[in-house]
Amino acid sequence: MSHDHSLKPETMPSEPEKATLEGKNKFLGLWFFLGGETVLFASLFGTYLALRNSTAGGPSGEEIFGLELVFIMTMLLLTSSLTSVYAMYHMKNNNYKKMQLWLGITGLLGLGFLSLEIYEFVHYITDYEFTFRSSAFGSAFYTLVGFHGGHVLFGLCWLLTLMIRNAKRGLNLYNAPKFYVFSLYWHFIDVVWVFIFTVVYLMGKVG
Amino acid sequence: MKGWMGKFRALFLLSSLALILSGCGKDNLTALVPKGYGAESAMDLIILTTIVMVFVFIIVMIIYTIVLIRFRKKKGQEDIIPKQVEGNKTLETIWTIIPILLLLIIAVPTVTATFDLADETGKEDAINIHVTGNQFWWHFNYEGEEIQTSQDLYIPVGERVYLDMISSDVIHSFWVPTIAGKMDTNPENENTMYIEAYEEGVYWGKCAELCGPSHSLMDFKVIAVSPEEYDQWVADMQNVDPEEEPQDAVVQEGKELFEANNCMSCHAIGSSPAAIGPNLTNFGDRSTIAGFLEPTKENLVDWIVDPESIKPGNKMTGNYPNVSEEEAESIAEYLMQLQPSEVTPESAGN
Amino acid sequence: MSIAATQKRGFGAVLWDYLTTVDHKKIAHMYLFSGGFFFLLGGLEALIIRIQLIKPNNDFISAGLYNEMFTMHGTTMIFLAAMPLLLGLMNAVMPLQIGARDVAFPFLNSLGFWLFLFGGILLNCSWFLGGAPDAGWTAYAPLSTTSPGHGVDFYVMGLQISGAGTLIGGINFLVTIVNMRAPGMTYMRMPLFTWTTFVASTLILFAFPALTVGLFLLMFDRMFGSAFFDIALGGNSIIWEHLFWIFGHPEVYILILPAFGMFSDIFSTFSRKRLFGYTAMVFATLLIAFLGFMVWAHHMFTVGMGPVANSIFAIATMAIAVPTGIKIFNWLATMWGGSITINSAMLWSLAFIPSFTIGGMTGVMVASAVADYQYHDTYFVVAHFHYVIVGGVVFGILAGLHYWWPKMFGRILHEGMGKLAFWTFFIGFHLTFFIQHFLGLMGMPRRYWVFLEGQELDLGNLISTIGAFFMTFGVIVFLINAIYSWKKGEKAPADPWDGRTLEWATASPPAHYNFKQTPLVRGLDPLWIEKTEGKDEMTPAEPLGDIHMPNSSILPFIMSLGLFIAGFGFIYQTDNSAWLIVLFAGMAILFGSMIVRSVKDDHGYHITKEELEREAD
Repeated sequence: MSHDHSLKPETMPSEPEKATLEGKNKFLGLWFFLGGETVLFASLFGTYLALRNSTAGGPSGEEIFGLELVFIMTMLLLTSSLTSVYAMYHMKNNNYKKMQLWLGITGLLGLGFLSLEIYEFVHYITDYEFTFRSSAFGSAFYTLVGFHGGHVLFGLCWLLTLMIRNAKRGLNLYNAPKFYVFSLYWHFIDVVWVFIFTVVYLMGKVG
Repeated sequence: MKGWMGKFRALFLLSSLALILSGCGKDNLTALVPKGYGAESAMDLIILTTIVMVFVFIIVMIIYTIVLIRFRKKKGQEDIIPKQVEGNKTLETIWTIIPILLLLIIAVPTVTATFDLADETGKEDAINIHVTGNQFWWHFNYEGEEIQTSQDLYIPVGERVYLDMISSDVIHSFWVPTIAGKMDTNPENENTMYIEAYEEGVYWGKCAELCGPSHSLMDFKVIAVSPEEYDQWVADMQNVDPEEEPQDAVVQEGKELFEANNCMSCHAIGSSPAAIGPNLTNFGDRSTIAGFLEPTKENLVDWIVDPESIKPGNKMTGNYPNVSEEEAESIAEYLMQLQPSEVTPESAGN
Repeated sequence: MSIAATQKRGFGAVLWDYLTTVDHKKIAHMYLFSGGFFFLLGGLEALIIRIQLIKPNNDFISAGLYNEMFTMHGTTMIFLAAMPLLLGLMNAVMPLQIGARDVAFPFLNSLGFWLFLFGGILLNCSWFLGGAPDAGWTAYAPLSTTSPGHGVDFYVMGLQISGAGTLIGGINFLVTIVNMRAPGMTYMRMPLFTWTTFVASTLILFAFPALTVGLFLLMFDRMFGSAFFDIALGGNSIIWEHLFWIFGHPEVYILILPAFGMFSDIFSTFSRKRLFGYTAMVFATLLIAFLGFMVWAHHMFTVGMGPVANSIFAIATMAIAVPTGIKIFNWLATMWGGSITINSAMLWSLAFIPSFTIGGMTGVMVASAVADYQYHDTYFVVAHFHYVIVGGVVFGILAGLHYWWPKMFGRILHEGMGKLAFWTFFIGFHLTFFIQHFLGLMGMPRRYWVFLEGQELDLGNLISTIGAFFMTFGVIVFLINAIYSWKKGEKAPADPWDGRTLEWATASPPAHYNFKQTPLVRGLDPLWIEKTEGKDEMTPAEPLGDIHMPNSSILPFIMSLGLFIAGFGFIYQTDNSAWLIVLFAGMAILFGSMIVRSVKDDHGYHITKEELEREAD
């Protein structure tokens, strides 16, 4: 099949991710999927907002949240969204090496975010004895933030599989949509985090 | 609205009587013959919506019948191809506008009644009763009166009585169809509703939210008595002395057994607010045993000996030592003579 | 890969074919078969419920078992019978109606099916492993979080897995309809069944995640000690009610809208007239779907939300009656002036109109909040939603089955048996449920294991039970009819009903590539247009050429099996942490298969032009 071969500059379409029907389907399917994910996170946010003051005598958000750490995490994730944009830019220019490089950086930034999140959770559990089971607020907090963290973890595994699988071959019409769709997913995770940062941490500190 | 509704109600009842042989159901259980404020408000809306909807249904059925008679394929006309009509703006507008108007007729009284039934302006001066739903019984605590009771809820006729409702375990729903619509008892927050009975009587109450195996047996009664009798009942209940020693020997034995078997760790007699099990202060006056059995000694003995066989999943089973039939009879004698008041379900005209 | 090679094969080969198939038509067969099986199971449960209620104080089954019975009846009928039967019909018909060769994601289509099936099996395993869930299909907390045993755990895991399958199916249909329509098939030329599939899929996409979250919270509370619904630790049980109904109300429209679509196609075909007010029908569908998301709290009028919320939700709910009314009148107008043929498919459709109108009427009645304080959680509501779901959805499914049976299986169902099944079921249905309106108002709450003597509820319940037996008889006759048609049924031509839409422009059953040449669509009812111009087939939109087809795969089956195994691990790790091994093993199977899927390129294969030409001979 022609789409097995790496793209050459002269055969390169302007939007390689949508050049085939399969690519178009993947692109649209992921958008729909993200629509469903929006409802999923909206439900989790709703639950969190209903339970954020139900501390049952345990620690409250105001007591434990440290904005410095969360700010660093936010910066890492926002930057990783930007680097994935660079990667897609290079994909459209058919610069496969640079695309891989920027995707690698995206992954590392994501990994940094995830490590800090794990550190944050461990800190809450050991220093404040604030766990998933200590109160309804605890359950809601770890579930909302943990679901997001789980999405980041899934995204990292996805990225790793993509990069390893395609390490030895160039960009083609078969894998271009796969890379593109990943970057969409990654942006979505980033947007969700912005909401978490605002609703959970900022409102938790201020309210 | 109430005036012309009255005539329609009679008409409606007549037609539903014709529809079903069994009539409108059991007096003081059915919602179709309301005897209280909430039930009457609901019934007015039920009648109004039914009339509007039956009107719509008749129109649909007229068109439907004409279509089926006139436009069936006829013999010898198999090849006729009907005119392919795209639509008709006028017709489509008509059957959009008319339903909207009909819905407005329903929506306005609905909203009015919804706010009316949520009205709490007279609450402070009225009788307030705290209702707690439990698996599978009801606790009633009369605010400011130091009266704790269960299963039989006494209220004066013709007065708004406010109920603050909560649950001690799972969600239940408090429903006395003939007097008022239902309201859930949630475990995390109090809900408030008021009830007002128009006539004296013993009204059937039911739990209307699935709460476990004996959900269908979680009945209770609302006993509406005259205001004088109600005051009498309150005074009698307040006069109960739980420490009083009985005269009768069997009763005395029953009391000792009741205490020896640890019954008091869950049940209370008197105004103690403890309520793991039903408060038994006026047990001898109750209209039922376990909420739904005839108040006979035999039923009570059966209940004490093996409650699980009567009300599956209840919290009493297994929480006290085995009681023999003889012991249960003594306990029953003791409990049945707990009759603090002259005002009983009978006096409400059971 | 020619058709000739697929005939006369052994059982093993057929089984392997179905386990690995990604063909939407075969997946449809599997959906219909499993959905039909669960429908019989749910029907059996219903019959047991009605036998228990045949007389007062009956002790046919125990209180605990009764609660399991109605919980499983509701859960099975909604999630494992109605949904898959509809998804089956959508799979069988929708790609044909838009002139597509397959769905957008054939692999995911297969995955969606297997997830549903394994979820359903997991849920029903509970019967044999200590008891089924017993907290009602609504599983209100804290009854569901405190229910002893593992019953509710099976509910949580079973629905989570099958729900994931449904969500995948929904996304798949959406992309299919947006991207895979044949040339000329604009949105406003799509048959109503395709439209309602599209809208129902949107509802699936936006409603199911709320259930997913609700089930996760329930799962965390029951299995991992969280405190969402634990009042002592600040939990709140109303959250579950909101999440459940944010899903649950759109779910009703997910079920009824496809049925509306089927009726639209059927009325139009058997009246030999185009659908009256097509545009209005489409917009009414969209409006119903939109409003369907705004009304969930009308299930919660008695929860104590206050008069403002109750009024808003009451009015929003009443508003849905307007687009629904538009539909009813448009169907009547479609038949008006037509040349109506009455056969089994049409009988079910015609019976739908009065039955569903009653259900819609009582729907407006229960929307009136104060009146609902009386109706709520009584047999009135039971009657109402059975009028909607049986009178709407089940009638729709049966109409659709009779209508598309020839297309799906190449055989025509027997008319006589079809009519017998219809009349017994129809009479039984009204006998069972009409009286229940009155039972509810006479003071009978729903989910009651027994009703007491002396409450004047005896006669109504007896009549209701008798009706249930009539319905059972009707279902058995239909079953015999299905088997008869398989063995001896009349062979179906490509277009047995003088059809109007694209599915009738291809063979019955269609070849696995559906259309040899993609058809060119020139308007609404494309086949009818060609027929009025004297042609008997569609004009092709492309020259005969190679057809690209997807590869079969066993991975969807294995992935679902992995989740099924992991489900047991989740449920039993609360008893013994050794079960965590099972949990991880199941998840390893799932993720392992996902990695295999992403690492192995899957380009599909081509049916060459020469092969297609040979088949034509």
